[in-house]
Amino acid sequence: MSHAKTRVMTGNEAAAHAARLARVQVVAAYPITPQSPVVETLSEWVESGELPAEFVTVESEHSALTVCITASTVGARTFTATSANGLAYMTEQVWWAAGARLPIVMGIANRAMAAPWSVLNDQQDSMSVRDAGWVQLYCRNNQEILDTLVQAYRIAESLYVPVMVCYDGFLLSHTMMPVELPDPDTVDAFLPPYHPLTVVDPDDPRNIGPVTLADPRPDAEGVARNGYMEFRALHHRALLGALETIERVDAEYGAATGRTWGGLLWEHRLDDADVVLIAAGSLGTQLTVAADELRDEGMNVGVLGIRSYRPFPAVAARDALDGRSLALVFDKALSYGHEGPICSDIRSALQSRTGAPVVYGAICGLGGRDVSPADLADATRRAVADRAAGIVDREPDWINLHLEEDAR
Amino acid sequence: MAMRDDTMHEIRWHGRGGQGAVTAAKILADAAFGSGWRGVTSAPSFGAERRGAPVTASTRLAAEEIRVLSQVTEPDVVVVLDESLLDVGKATAGIKPGGVIIVNTTRPAAELGLAGDFRVVAADVTGAALEAGVVVAGTPLVNTAILGSVAAATGLVTIESVAAAIEHVFSAKLAEKNVAAARLAFECTSR
Repeated sequence: MSHAKTRVMTGNEAAAHAARLARVQVVAAYPITPQSPVVETLSEWVESGELPAEFVTVESEHSALTVCITASTVGARTFTATSANGLAYMTEQVWWAAGARLPIVMGIANRAMAAPWSVLNDQQDSMSVRDAGWVQLYCRNNQEILDTLVQAYRIAESLYVPVMVCYDGFLLSHTMMPVELPDPDTVDAFLPPYHPLTVVDPDDPRNIGPVTLADPRPDAEGVARNGYMEFRALHHRALLGALETIERVDAEYGAATGRTWGGLLWEHRLDDADVVLIAAGSLGTQLTVAADELRDEGMNVGVLGIRSYRPFPAVAARDALDGRSLALVFDKALSYGHEGPICSDIRSALQSRTGAPVVYGAICGLGGRDVSPADLADATRRAVADRAAGIVDREPDWINLHLEEDAR
Repeated sequence: MAMRDDTMHEIRWHGRGGQGAVTAAKILADAAFGSGWRGVTSAPSFGAERRGAPVTASTRLAAEEIRVLSQVTEPDVVVVLDESLLDVGKATAGIKPGGVIIVNTTRPAAELGLAGDFRVVAADVTGAALEAGVVVAGTPLVNTAILGSVAAATGLVTIESVAAAIEHVFSAKLAEKNVAAARLAFECTSR
């Protein structure tokens, strides 16, 4: 702690510092707005010798993650970062990294998916790969980006699952704010070098067949091996185990640095709140401002922030929402033809539980549409009025939508 | 004329692509942190930028952590790096009552045609940049010099913290000229 220093920096710079402090050994990435400054910074540090790592330039995001997969397979600590269409382009390997149980850490500077083209923020990119078997953590400010990326290696390497650390493009990636850089010795003590369970070693050649059949079968030595479904059950179990690991790692990071981030969920003025506003990422930060404003008006409003989206902390969310009147979920993504993904997961967590609040959804910030604390407070006032009118099922509230019905 | 208190101060920058408004917004955030503000943010206007096209950037300062990340629409302070933006850049849009607009110009404030419930501060920032030799390829760069005018006109940051923040960004030789330009602009700007 004694050598920690605070500097004013962007979220992308905070991400690069985290990778440096984690002493990553292999970085492979392809540039895409708004992620590019992360890997530009890392490439400069590799070039100057400040970061003793291998920086592999590649021709696509698919190859970037492939390099991380191969490097991780031979025991290296790896890092990459991407956004939007870059993430979509590497999707095949996103699944492979998870299924191969490789502790890769990837920064996602969240950006809207094309078409139509937009370089600006929403969370559709990472939400669209939520089912691939990665841990997904969402950050609300630049300090949390740095701290969460360091924590991510501990989570990944103790469970053999990859971790995406998601942070809002431009709103955090390009916005400067004060960030405390932990002392390298503090991070080294928290995050020892990676010692994998198994390493593919050219000096110890082995035949590893990743092909499974529907049922378990004996391997070449006659030892019974898992079938596809067993691998998937174990993978799912690891993700569920991450619920405990994420909490514990955050607490241990707090003991080392003095900062914790709530583990799975975070809250703001939630204790006696009757109305709970829910979001992931920097939108949650802005919700705290809206909640404070509404509290000043005498409304009992609090905020429940989603830090871990996968695994989804269903039980913790259910306990946090028990006995409330209204949960208003703000999504910066959409499952087209249904509703916002966080809204669906909150509804699913509550099921038909007695004492559960009515759940309303709201869609905002798609493709960088500006949403201010005042907009969020207005949406809350509308929801509270609808709830008072006894409405249980309500279409999502599209915030700041200016739809011309005759526009083409 | 110190404006400093515990509420949040929002500053909007107007420049043209290539003039360094985004860099100025960043250096001001660093200077503000050095002046004791615990909450500081700076952000570019989000989206693609082109050289010569009007661009904006923003800086926020507060005593506590800043939790507002949306665009600045009602600034307390507007800084205009290029006088030509007064006609096309909507520079005065949304300025809070009692706010201030700082314009890089050789004309007196009264001749800028800006009317409203805000103070107009005119400063020859280009002159300061030229005098200090902050010139690249024959063009004076005003983005560091104008930080001196911001310090003078608002009292939100000290000129010493501006100098320190400039030194964080540039090599020693370049920093010396840029700091000199900021000090010259600080001296020629009304408080």
